[in-house]
Amino acid sequence: MNDRLSAQYWLHEQELTAYSSEAVRDRRRRAMERFEAVGFPSVRDEDWKYSSLKPVLAPHYGLRPPCAPLEDEHLEFKDIKRFMVNELDSYRVVFLNGRYSSWLSDTTHRGFDVCTLSAAWKKYPETMDRYFAHLTHELGPLAQLNTALSWDGLYVVVPDHVVVDRPIQVLSFTTGSEPRATQMRSLVVLGVNAQAEIIERHQSLTEHPTWTNSVDEAYLAAGAQLRWVKLQHDGPEAALTQHTRIQQARDSRAQVHTVSTSGRFIRNNLDFLLNEPGADARMLGLTLAKGKQLVDHHTLVDHRAAHCTSHENYKGIYDDGAKGVFNGRIYVHEDAQKTDAYQQNANLVLHERAEVNTKPQLEIFADDVKCSHGCTVGQLDEDALFYLRARGIKEPEARALLMLAFAEDAIAGIDHPSLNAKLHKLIAGKLGVDLTLDV
Amino acid sequence: MLEIKNLHASIGDKEILRGVNLTVKPGEVHAIMGPNGSGKSTLSSVIAGREDYEVTSGDILWDGQSILELAPEDRAHLGLFLSFQYPVEIPGVSVSNFVKTALNAVRTARGEEALDASAMLKKMREALQLLEMDKGFLSRSLNEGFSGGEKKRNEIFQMAMLEPRLAILDETDSGLDIDALRIVAQGVNALRSPKASFVVITHYQRLLDYIVPDVVHVLYKGRIVKTGDKSLALDLEERGYDWIKKEAE
Ligand SMILES: Nc1ncnc2c1ncn2[C@@H]1O[C@H](COP(=O)(O)OP(=O)(O)OP(=O)(O)O)[C@@H](O)[C@H]1O
Ligand SMILES: [Mg+2]
Repeated sequence: MNDRLSAQYWLHEQELTAYSSEAVRDRRRRAMERFEAVGFPSVRDEDWKYSSLKPVLAPHYGLRPPCAPLEDEHLEFKDIKRFMVNELDSYRVVFLNGRYSSWLSDTTHRGFDVCTLSAAWKKYPETMDRYFAHLTHELGPLAQLNTALSWDGLYVVVPDHVVVDRPIQVLSFTTGSEPRATQMRSLVVLGVNAQAEIIERHQSLTEHPTWTNSVDEAYLAAGAQLRWVKLQHDGPEAALTQHTRIQQARDSRAQVHTVSTSGRFIRNNLDFLLNEPGADARMLGLTLAKGKQLVDHHTLVDHRAAHCTSHENYKGIYDDGAKGVFNGRIYVHEDAQKTDAYQQNANLVLHERAEVNTKPQLEIFADDVKCSHGCTVGQLDEDALFYLRARGIKEPEARALLMLAFAEDAIAGIDHPSLNAKLHKLIAGKLGVDLTLDV
Repeated sequence: MLEIKNLHASIGDKEILRGVNLTVKPGEVHAIMGPNGSGKSTLSSVIAGREDYEVTSGDILWDGQSILELAPEDRAHLGLFLSFQYPVEIPGVSVSNFVKTALNAVRTARGEEALDASAMLKKMREALQLLEMDKGFLSRSLNEGFSGGEKKRNEIFQMAMLEPRLAILDETDSGLDIDALRIVAQGVNALRSPKASFVVITHYQRLLDYIVPDVVHVLYKGRIVKTGDKSLALDLEERGYDWIKKEAE
């Protein structure tokens, strides 16, 4: 796999960098060299201790030239409708096997840009030069691989004081008659006081194994606000490895909701770089895993300036032989006085074979800070279950009600009723109940 | 309607109920008193179907049929209600949604139609009024952060919603102030009818001034050791349990 990927880069470097500055080409090349030097992470790496990539890398993935346009693949709107939040008036950026599908999309350049990287390479080379891979050069091999080989994905650039009027739905579909690996990349740049909201979903439409490796870079100028919902409800043979990195200037706010309900293997890295005072980062996560699923969350809040706040609340429910990992790193630099950081990770383990490894990792080098954290791993409360059943609620519903109640605050704060309804439906479906029960 | 015959129940190797006999007829109010740890709450839990306790012998009949094999929810569907001595806090589930879900679960299990939103609301309003409760209660998380008295009142609110045929009130009076006690009793009395029965577990005869029992039992070491009329409660208040314990041993 390693050799095939590197061959792919060297074979297609020309096309990948045809419209880019030399600096960008250097960044790609260095990324490839780094990947070649270290290869894929293994369980010997501290960061990957509990999550072996082996099963993800095992299939013989068909690789296609990274910049090749869509061939004969075709999807109709009716094929993808059920994967979208339909009642929501939104921009739509749809990818099929890693390539933009203009046919299914609804993008814009009016007042701000919501379009694709494949277009931006040609159209906005200066912006790409300024932002591409600036936040990712120190990351691990998967991100390096992505920097070298990615070509398409979401591109959002919003000028100062502009509010993107509708949420942006990004959907990337995988189809085909063989295992497929895809690199997806996104770049989000919000100007001073600009605002945008993204709803992201990766979806495999084939029964063959798929692997999406994605990297997101987001830059928030002073006062900017970004909301991002990651809906990870993929097929049973789908794997997702993702690194999202958000850099925040003064008084900016970023909120990322990660809802992981299905997919064979999910690894999320989510980093917030709080560069200037007043920046606020919020991350909420809900994981419902069963069967042989593995869901691994690695988060980092890098408090680099004083007076920043971060709030993290991740909940997980693990059944059968599912496995979960939560590693929440908070790094408070010496100058980051008056930091206020909160971290909470609570888990329910419903089966003796299910397991979750949770680890807060607080590194605090400033003295005047408020940091609180807590991790719990427990079972459903039997007393509560009996209480509900004694009032006439059947056992499966009572269980589901308790799980929903447990999960609720990890999906709170999603303002769109249709998205909210969709989430609750996914969750109820996952819990195996027809929930007319609203919590 | 409820007949408990020579009921033995244990947890681990510890026998807690050691041959309880009790018959409650429709419309009757029975009070159960007894020292701490005598098994009153255990008896309620076993009647309600808590699986932690193992029934080693004896039987519980409801309208002549054994309910020992029934799940807690099935017993609730028959019309059994237990007001918990220690109501459980369930963060994230609001009182109103819980009560709606419970009532409609009970109704559909009985083959009745689920109540629609407006009928449900009307019923909730009436129950709130009966118990002089503020409607702000409805949107709060179930029992979370409720004061002791509020929890008990909330139990009776749910009872008023569910209209059980047999309600067991396990120390519903503990933790209530004088006014709340009167209001809760009012809630219970509103439900009294020739068909509805009550088992009232209490340490204080005061509650029995408001909810007047037909029969008073004393449970001691897992057995009913004395049964009398309401004057027994007055005797106990005056003399304590020592004489009963002596009699029993
Ligand atoms: N789950 C349990 N595990 C172990 N022992 C138990 C359990 N439940 C009850 N017991 C024991 O059984 C005995 C009876 O307890 P129970 O709660 O039924 O008493 P009670 O009569 O309700 O007391 P009180 O008046 O204090 O409420 C006690 O000794 C108690 O410790
Ligand atoms: Mg008790």
